[in-house]
Amino acid sequence: MSLAELICPAGTPAALRTAVDAGADAVYCGFQDATNARNFPGLNFTPDEMAAAVAYAHDKGTKVLLALNTYPPAGKVDLWRQAADAGARIGVDAFIVADMGVADYIARTHPDIRLHLSVQAAASSPEAIRYYCDNFGVKRVVLPRILTIPEIREIRREIPCEIETFIFGNHGLMVEGRCSLTNYLTGQSTNMDGVCSPASDVEYARHADGSMSSRLAGFTIDCFGADEKAGYPTICKGRYRAPHRPDGYYAFEEPISLNLSRLLPELIDAGVHAFKIEGRQRSKSYVRGVVSAFRQAVDDIRAGRQANIADLVALTEGQKQTQGAFETKKWR
Amino acid sequence: MTKLTLGPIAYHWPAEDRRDFYARIADEAPVDEVYLGEVICSKRAPFHEPDLPATIERLQRGGKTVIVSSLAEVMLKRERKATADLAALDAPEIEINNAAGLYARGRRPHRVGPFLNAYNEATIAWMASQGATHVCLPTELPGAAIATAAATARELGLGVEVQVFGRASLAVSARCYHARAHGRTKDNCQFVCEEDADGMPLRTTDDRPILRVNGIQTQSESYVDLLPETRRLIADGVTHLRLMPQAVDMVAVAGTVRDLLDDRLDPAGAEAALRRICDAVPFSNGFYHGQAGYRRIAAAAG
Amino acid sequence: MTAHPDTVPRTAVPARPVLARLSCLIVQPVLTRVVRRIAAQHPTLFERLGPHQGTDFVIDPVDLPFALHLRPDPRALVFRAVPRDAVPPAGATIRGTFLLLLELIDSEEDGDAAFFARDLEVTGDTEAVVRLRNALDDVDGSIAEDAAAMFGPPGRAILARLRRAYQT
Repeated sequence: MSLAELICPAGTPAALRTAVDAGADAVYCGFQDATNARNFPGLNFTPDEMAAAVAYAHDKGTKVLLALNTYPPAGKVDLWRQAADAGARIGVDAFIVADMGVADYIARTHPDIRLHLSVQAAASSPEAIRYYCDNFGVKRVVLPRILTIPEIREIRREIPCEIETFIFGNHGLMVEGRCSLTNYLTGQSTNMDGVCSPASDVEYARHADGSMSSRLAGFTIDCFGADEKAGYPTICKGRYRAPHRPDGYYAFEEPISLNLSRLLPELIDAGVHAFKIEGRQRSKSYVRGVVSAFRQAVDDIRAGRQANIADLVALTEGQKQTQGAFETKKWR
Repeated sequence: MTKLTLGPIAYHWPAEDRRDFYARIADEAPVDEVYLGEVICSKRAPFHEPDLPATIERLQRGGKTVIVSSLAEVMLKRERKATADLAALDAPEIEINNAAGLYARGRRPHRVGPFLNAYNEATIAWMASQGATHVCLPTELPGAAIATAAATARELGLGVEVQVFGRASLAVSARCYHARAHGRTKDNCQFVCEEDADGMPLRTTDDRPILRVNGIQTQSESYVDLLPETRRLIADGVTHLRLMPQAVDMVAVAGTVRDLLDDRLDPAGAEAALRRICDAVPFSNGFYHGQAGYRRIAAAAG
Repeated sequence: MTAHPDTVPRTAVPARPVLARLSCLIVQPVLTRVVRRIAAQHPTLFERLGPHQGTDFVIDPVDLPFALHLRPDPRALVFRAVPRDAVPPAGATIRGTFLLLLELIDSEEDGDAAFFARDLEVTGDTEAVVRLRNALDDVDGSIAEDAAAMFGPPGRAILARLRRAYQT
């Protein structure tokens, strides 16, 4: 049986302490710049905050994984190298990387620190994963949320590293690390700047009939009726019109979150080493609720008990949850 | 000498249309290099792969260098096999679009495709050390970064390619959005993407054109048009300019860009000619200028 | 998790100008003390606000007779109760029931979840709101408890009663 480590999000020092106290085996976080894919306003850690956070986590036996999972544009690579050097000085337990140049630098400069391959690298086959293992010594791959459990089981048999899968949170649809949708509308890039639907370009408007519309850089993403639940103003969860869908429909995906709580035993059996909870942009309240629920569930499963996971639907986007691709190929 | 290239067809054009298209390209289009092969959806490959040898031969007879491109997304058995088979080719010129292809190719020479995220000099240097001979930069890379990346690539002896025409690839997914629009799943898509030779248009609910769906790919509504920036690109070290096939007269598009390269047209003249060929399609160059990709930034002097 | 009504009530408490102004006068000294104390105890809060220290936030508890005006400028803090007919032009407005807003400040409730549920409404500068949320979320402990504690046992009793009243 795998260790089934629980990998938890932390957008602020207080959220990190919350995740540690709620039973995280490891916490992932990033600096306050473009070196990570949640470069959101008011979020993330200064180097001093990171040092204090690592001390707190290590004191409680929790690991800290530093996300350096964006793609430096040419001319700016030093920022990523400096972030890696700072992480090494602080004593983080692993780097989560996507860019080959960044991976190569860390593998040569900080060979004693573990490298995890970010979902942003979009390695979805044994060959792609082995490429990163062979060349950069990657110890763990975070799999894209597009594979069924039988597919994960097969990949596990063919790769020399550990597998981490998302189990809860944002249900990413596009192949991560290959999405320029935000940059197309806003001029800020998910890959290069670490942003997705930046708040500075988001606008909500309430209408007289109680409906609310969301716009990104002036483009209407969705309009929620008075009784409809809402979602993030992300382009891939927007409502659009197409020639065959003149009334508008969710062309990519409706507002919905991933929740694999019922599939945990199968995922463990398939050889998944670590479970990742998405949501560095979420509050301490979310971190506390989700982490403690999954801590309980994983402990139950490991003790051979039936896991009785708390209802988390209230925390989900659109107040809806899905098992996405993990459950059935039909999702595709 | 700057080379003009024709990227792989992103859409599911019927086999006969493809044959006609490449016959015309071979005979009439002033492009130096042509990329072939299915990059977007592995389900489509059987429709046109049988024609591949004849197409290659036809294009070579027309004096074009032919490069076969690999799939952007590799997950299923058939996709892994297609990628491995391509990587096993003896041909010096294959373009790899997924790390699975890099793994299979080892250190033998290859080109790096636009889906491989060669964003910076460090990554390009790494790729060059592993046998890359040529790199196509990501479409969203701004001009200053293109210049820095191109400088490194040139020092290492690599060719440097930038897309200067056609819809930008904005995202790929495991899910097929063409099938979804028609209430189907990817496994049961019935190749409905064949209906949209230039992608399926999406408009916002207040009727503003925004994106194009091409199977698992999402593209820009606008055509990237870097004709006004072409001289700058070349001065910055870009060696290859890529035209993406759209449902317009691509021979005319290629002729226009060639006229610009050969100084038979000035940038304004080339721009006007391109506008006539593409009718009402919006043009954009925002990515190059570090602004919203859909935007059209007026050319600065020089 | 607390149950909230399905939607934010669209019509706030009927405007009774005299009552509204009187309420503002009564709560103002409390607000001033609360905000000064939070600022003194949590200086890093302002760093997360970045360029939005000078933004005018209107916090609109739909079930109270007045709204709140916050300008989180550490050099000139503003936190005051204002009648709805005298609300200043807002850089950003945050609207919800009083208890929800209180729970958001204390991270007992997740802001995104409340937004998804349509219990929380945000208009104006979205980045300002995100920064304020992240800044408050990095504060350990309960701001509401701290504030209540400033007034000793009566303060805590009022807070407890308030929470009970909402949870019925």
